[in-house]
Amino acid sequence: MPTNAQAPARTAGQSSSLPVIVLIAGWLVPGAGHFLLKKWIRGTLLFISIVAMFCIGIALKGKVYTPNTSELLDVLNFVGDLGNGLLYLIARVLGLGTAPVELATADYGTKFMVVAGLLNIISAVDAHSLATGRKNS
Amino acid sequence: MTLTHFSAVLIFSFFTAVVFGITQRSEPRMMVRFAAFTFVIFVGGTIAASWLMWLIKH
Repeated sequence: MPTNAQAPARTAGQSSSLPVIVLIAGWLVPGAGHFLLKKWIRGTLLFISIVAMFCIGIALKGKVYTPNTSELLDVLNFVGDLGNGLLYLIARVLGLGTAPVELATADYGTKFMVVAGLLNIISAVDAHSLATGRKNS
Repeated sequence: MTLTHFSAVLIFSFFTAVVFGITQRSEPRMMVRFAAFTFVIFVGGTIAASWLMWLIKH
């Protein structure tokens, strides 16, 4: 009797770990969640879109937010930036986005990076939904 | 790197529309349609808002 009860639990445990892995991978690297699910075209398009938006934001000299700020809008922008996963970490390590924003286009760059992070979160959640079966295909 | 305001709108709308299309629809045909719809709404909305601000100023 206990043997029968353990087998489904082990199977459920194995299947429930994939969505979490997909979610974290999709957050760390744009499109990686879809790659793990063998959605190659979608993953590639997501990777190109999000990485391009982040790189354009850096090229426009946008600001990369840091966690040690006290204003609410800065905290929200930091959360958006954090959505970029490893891209954010690389930008921080390389010291990118630290110059003061002086031009309107630099402000655009800041928004490009924040929105890229938010889009990356959406794509990671989409991959998670695909893995759990909440989304059909 | 420098961008005009309009080219920034186009680039932003394009990449955002691609992500929205992929994540908000299930079938490839509907993804393309929704991405195109989102792109038009973003660009059209920006142009409409720009004219609205111009009218308010004048």
